[in-house]
Amino acid sequence: MTSLARGEPVLLGPAGPEPTGLGRFEGDFGGRFVPESLVPALEELEHEFRAAWHSDEFRREFADLLQSYAGRPTPVTECHRLSERLGVRVLLKREDLTHTGSHKINNVLGQALLTRRMSKRRLIAETGAGQHGVATATAAALFGLECIVFMGAVDVERQSLNVFRMRLLGAEVIPVHSGSATLKDAINDALRDWVATVETTHYCIGSVVGPHPYPWMVREFQRVVGDEARTQCRALLGGDPDVVVACVGGGSNAIGTFAGFVDTDARLVGVEAAGLGLESGKHGASVNRGVPGVLHGAKSLFLQDEHGQIREAHSISAGLDYPGVGPEHAALAAAGRAEYACATDHEALDAFQALSVTEGIVPALEPSHALAWVTRAAREGSIAPGSTVLVTLSGRGDKDAMQVAEHLSGDSR
Amino acid sequence: MKLESHLRERREAGHKLLVPYVTGGLGAGWRDVLRAVAAAGADAIEVGIPFSDPVMDGKTIQEASQRALEIGATPDAIIADLRGIDIDIPIAVMTYYNPVFHAGHERFASALADAGVDAAIIPDLPFDELDGWGDAADRARVETVLLAAPTTPEERLRLICERSRGFVYAVALMGVTGERANLPEQALTMGRRCSKVTDRPVLLGVGISTPEQAVQAAGAADGVVVGSALVRRLLQGGGPDEAGAFVAGLRAALDAAT
Repeated sequence: MTSLARGEPVLLGPAGPEPTGLGRFEGDFGGRFVPESLVPALEELEHEFRAAWHSDEFRREFADLLQSYAGRPTPVTECHRLSERLGVRVLLKREDLTHTGSHKINNVLGQALLTRRMSKRRLIAETGAGQHGVATATAAALFGLECIVFMGAVDVERQSLNVFRMRLLGAEVIPVHSGSATLKDAINDALRDWVATVETTHYCIGSVVGPHPYPWMVREFQRVVGDEARTQCRALLGGDPDVVVACVGGGSNAIGTFAGFVDTDARLVGVEAAGLGLESGKHGASVNRGVPGVLHGAKSLFLQDEHGQIREAHSISAGLDYPGVGPEHAALAAAGRAEYACATDHEALDAFQALSVTEGIVPALEPSHALAWVTRAAREGSIAPGSTVLVTLSGRGDKDAMQVAEHLSGDSR
Repeated sequence: MKLESHLRERREAGHKLLVPYVTGGLGAGWRDVLRAVAAAGADAIEVGIPFSDPVMDGKTIQEASQRALEIGATPDAIIADLRGIDIDIPIAVMTYYNPVFHAGHERFASALADAGVDAAIIPDLPFDELDGWGDAADRARVETVLLAAPTTPEERLRLICERSRGFVYAVALMGVTGERANLPEQALTMGRRCSKVTDRPVLLGVGISTPEQAVQAAGAADGVVVGSALVRRLLQGGGPDEAGAFVAGLRAALDAAT
């Protein structure tokens, strides 16, 4: 039996499949749709990542950092009281227990190592909820790199704790006022910065979005979540879980989780933000309601109007407030290998409280959407009673506590 | 090949080429701006079809795009407005790939051709991703102008210059569109690098905002694209007269220098 206790060495699984051609996943999703200025840097990054990912030395360094710095492996926790309440056996993959409090650190440590390999001295990042910004600022401090984080002005407001954390870690946080002033616009401004600074700067993208090689590279840095969870589930359950669930904004925790189970019989479910309800038009459900398009360097599914203008997303959770989804999710959806459900703001708030009260674990609002779907699906019988359900708890809820408190005391419910 | 042949003709007649950029749909009278700019001595006009997420554009063109979208600009409406416009110089549209992809390559290309638009510039559709659109545009006889950047390596630069139609858009600096105080040395290097590998017209664009900078840049290339400096004047309330005067100033400076 492989030991996956905390503090034990992190065992990286084998590298996953590369997309074909110029970063294409099934259905032609992916690609490299960027201004010419960025193309050579993306080619360099692709080559560096491929070489690093097949280098024992790089993998050892990455695994060591995940263990000694990020606190991996993270446990899988069985939720006895919640399971009893729902009639299905719920297990949580505890990314909330990593250093900085979310799965974002996995990817960032990988990209920081690559940045050093490419002899670049400056990191830029976009952030929605602030978790990726905090993780990037953390890695920048650890590696002695300059760090600039672009964050929508709306998100700066609703995630002020994370803004303070980033500044404390020595990063500069630049509020972005253009467009919807959320994650999409933060990515736009990060790309604009990068067009000017690409020769000395690495853009540390926080999700499985963006031009090739990002969707592939970020999935590979996040697959440790799924690889660990599969081993842990086999030890706990004697087999794979029946259902594997994760929330999807851009989709990095979900793709990392799915990577460990895509070749098993497990039902894979990504949960998108239904915001105020799919019919309201105010949501972030890009797989459910988006159409094929090209944004931020990749062909995928996006919320857009009839003229191809990108629409603003809405979610109570800043991390899911994005009008698109990573291209590999679009491919998994098209192939029918994963299904994409959604949960509303309201349902997520309920799940946020329910997990806190029944298990003593305060989840972030993002994975609260995954928990909300499990709750509904168990009640409605779309998960059979007694099934085993693995949910990736992608982050902890400290960052959301103030915002939830305001919602619960206000008239918004 | 109306854009390219026109620019070649003008170049062979000894002129430096001047291509101003105007955001389409920016106010009800935006076509009067095109007319004024053409009358002031532009050799072709670049018309922006605004997109919600213009990642190659700086603040000025972002603001213009947003303003145009807010007052109802759509790709279809802008293309319809260009149909049969009484301007005797070529028109190229500049937009991002998503509106093109969303409309469909064939449909977008034939809509441009039907409206008499000669060329298209799509800055987030690099050489390697050109296939679908490039073929559709070729079939519709719409010239696709490709961008070359300071970071583009030599062999790739050659391929880009070869595949580009109309002219080669040589990006003058590392960064997004917008006015700059000075023209970097990089711009001149870029103009010379492109001119060395192609006999297609080479126009420097991005960060060229004054007559002095235009003259300087045109010293190393066949001409210039000027966008933000003109659009800023429109955003500040300037109309066709001011736009025309600004372009006339650029024209006079370029002519005086040749």
